[in-house]
Amino acid sequence: MQIPYTVEPRPDTGVYNAKLGIWLFLASEVMLFGALFSSYVLLRVGATTWPHGYEHLNIPLATVNTVVLITSSVTMVMSWASLALKNLRKFRVYMGATVGLACVFLVIKGFEYAAKFEHGLYPSESTFMAIYFTLTGLHGLHIIGGIVVNCYLLGPGSKMWKTDPARFTNRVEIAGLYWHFVDLVWIFLFPVLYLL
Amino acid sequence: MSEAAPGALAGIRTDHHAPPGFWRTYVFSQDHKTIGIQYAITALLFLLFGFTLMMIMRWQLAYPGQSIPFIGKFFGDANAPDGVMLPEFYNQLGAMHGTIMVFLGVVPLAVGAFGNYVMPLQIGAPDMAFPKLNMMSYWIYFVGGLTMLSSFLIPGGAAASGWTSYAPLSVIATAGQTVWLFGMICLITSSLLGSVNFITTILQLRAKGLSFMRLPFFVWAQLVTSFLLLLAFPPLEAAGVLQLMDRLAGTSFFMPSGLVVSGQPLAYTGGGNPLLWQHLFWFLAHPEVYVLILPAMGIVAEVIANNTRKPLWGYRSMVYATIFLGFMSFVVWAHHMFLTGMGTVISSFFQATTMIISIPSIIILTALFLSLWGGSIRFTTPMLFALAFLPMFGIGGLTGLPLGLAPADIHLHDTYYVIGHFHYVVAPGTLFALFAGVYYWFPKVTGRKMNDTLGRIHFWLSFAFINGVFMPMFIQGLAGVSRRLYDGGAMYSHAQGVMHLNVFMSICAWCLGLAQIPFIFNFFWSIWKGKKVSANYWDATTLEWAAATSPPMAHGNFATTPEVYRGPYEYSPPGNAADFLPQNQPVEAR
Amino acid sequence: METASAESVRKHVRVYVTVFVTLMALTLITVAISTLHLGTVAAILVALFIASLKASLVAAYFMHLISEKKLIYAALTLTAVLFLVLMVIPVSHFADRGL
Repeated sequence: MQIPYTVEPRPDTGVYNAKLGIWLFLASEVMLFGALFSSYVLLRVGATTWPHGYEHLNIPLATVNTVVLITSSVTMVMSWASLALKNLRKFRVYMGATVGLACVFLVIKGFEYAAKFEHGLYPSESTFMAIYFTLTGLHGLHIIGGIVVNCYLLGPGSKMWKTDPARFTNRVEIAGLYWHFVDLVWIFLFPVLYLL
Repeated sequence: MSEAAPGALAGIRTDHHAPPGFWRTYVFSQDHKTIGIQYAITALLFLLFGFTLMMIMRWQLAYPGQSIPFIGKFFGDANAPDGVMLPEFYNQLGAMHGTIMVFLGVVPLAVGAFGNYVMPLQIGAPDMAFPKLNMMSYWIYFVGGLTMLSSFLIPGGAAASGWTSYAPLSVIATAGQTVWLFGMICLITSSLLGSVNFITTILQLRAKGLSFMRLPFFVWAQLVTSFLLLLAFPPLEAAGVLQLMDRLAGTSFFMPSGLVVSGQPLAYTGGGNPLLWQHLFWFLAHPEVYVLILPAMGIVAEVIANNTRKPLWGYRSMVYATIFLGFMSFVVWAHHMFLTGMGTVISSFFQATTMIISIPSIIILTALFLSLWGGSIRFTTPMLFALAFLPMFGIGGLTGLPLGLAPADIHLHDTYYVIGHFHYVVAPGTLFALFAGVYYWFPKVTGRKMNDTLGRIHFWLSFAFINGVFMPMFIQGLAGVSRRLYDGGAMYSHAQGVMHLNVFMSICAWCLGLAQIPFIFNFFWSIWKGKKVSANYWDATTLEWAAATSPPMAHGNFATTPEVYRGPYEYSPPGNAADFLPQNQPVEAR
Repeated sequence: METASAESVRKHVRVYVTVFVTLMALTLITVAISTLHLGTVAAILVALFIASLKASLVAAYFMHLISEKKLIYAALTLTAVLFLVLMVIPVSHFADRGL
């Protein structure tokens, strides 16, 4: 027997399996970053002094990174829309752009980290630097995860377009939901760490 | 994109070109039944191992400072010179006993094994929604378990800061704690993947006609449990990451300023908060209590309905109580922290939520008790364990009430009373329910039943000795004996009056160990030599018994896609020849 | 989304572009405001408000939450409530204890 509702939605719930699965996974991610955010609040409220992000961190670089990540979200959703319009070539272009922008984000992040280390600012420096490195590091790991998934869909995974285009489109949508969530986390990290 | 009619989905899978080889069939299987069996075997072994750790600790508690007989010389000079257990080794055994029993034993058995094997069958599904993910869950759990075990072999030994790993002690502990954290992150990841899979499967793959109020109670229990795992585990993962940063990168998330250990100021910048760990830990660990108990309640409900031959009393109220219980479990965490300097307003709040959360537990337990009323009870081996669960869980639950009230908790906190309380919930409670599940579903998996005489020996001996282990703990705890003393309280004058109980408890614990031998023998003997039985041996109504006995180990559980026409527990329906009506029996056929 | 026709997809694309421009504008606004160095409370409120606005746009349009099924809404509502419970941790820690 085949597992039902891998492609078409179940009539009473209205979703296909992976759609529900990814949202549940994102729900757990919300709780993961929520707990870290809550820890941040607790530590900051309890601290005697807390530096402003702009005193230690590079706002121009982070702003560029915000723009890069939001743009990659748009290219991601465009790659899905291209598949919905049955255009595999445009999908490749947009998906390639998404992966490229994600790499740009990581490179910029790498420069930021390197600059911090050069000035002797390590996670052990202060609670602020600790939370900065932990949150951005964990977010960076999520970016890497997204790059791996997107590269798979761009490369070997796209063979499915020939055999089961509807399912492949769904896969891209699922990867997109994850990618937008990673973008969404950054949208909060940016002001919380850099601007406040 | 909805051209495929639901009926077309029942077609036989055509993409199996060749029968899968040995590795795909037995090791890296994607079939939920194989994975369920893998979980069961691994978890049972971990339970035995965790229990062995405790039996070794009980020697030290009964005869502090005396050389451990027979096995003492195997622990090495670093742990037990001349076979005499060092305090550090005792702490390792304690921390690892708790961790192994909870995260590697009970949860994988209750959710990973029974959930995986039984739940898809009970909802009439061909497999889990994401078979590859299911396989990954098991293997990540396996790696996490091996990681945990390996920590005994590294210098400094395993984690020794208790299963709660409270900071700052855990941050400055030996390398075993780092391994513990990596192991935990594996186990959490495995649970998260598993819970995504479980929820999706239950919501998406239910058979036609299987509406929510027709779900077997066991499925409901798994659904709520999965939500608890999904949403409560990530905060502990976050806490684990923060503690790893503290240990490896020298941050001070949990390290307060000016901490001095053994007269030496620590090389931490400080500014952190040790209580943050407790908040995050208990944000998981209280829901975790219900992760331990809800699947057990689910199993007991199945066994009781089947062996009383009547519908569960108050099925709907049990379902609503379970959902409410799951939700409330997220707002009681700080009742573990009454002694951390919390003010009266906040502790009153958590006191109130704690009292409220006892209500749904009582509703479920009462419904199960009332289900016995007027039934013609078959005292089968699984039923004995299920019946014992009721009063045992009752004792565990009721002794928890004083702990939930801040004034009483001041006296009882961190004493043996706490140990007695939660062991009554988890050992004669959950573990007995899990044994009931093993005896109950064994014919489903193997096509043979386990021997009844051995089962009865196993039950009565376990029942007697397990109470012998845990009941005296209440007395010791009320006398104020702390749970973490490696000499059982010999150093303290207030403990002298209850010290003699240690010997009795330890002997009971070792006899409890011996009492498992009939079970282990029965288990293996019955696989090959047990009495062969029919596909629906217990005359049960739920869908798993509509599938073939020991369904084939590949995707596809049912010869034809089952359809459901009625609720889960239609036992002894009036005007019916048989005393049960399976869920998939069409209405016309009555 | 499963039954998206070519026309509706094209309509979506126009929405994506609009949302993208709005997100860029909001990013610049929040950076600009941060250079004013408002008081701590005001700065936090403004920054979090803008971030929430941006996040809502991403969730609503890129993640298609604006037209999602009830089941997904239910799961996310539960998550949102428990997220708020997580935010109670610092409150429960400091309230009634003094800083």
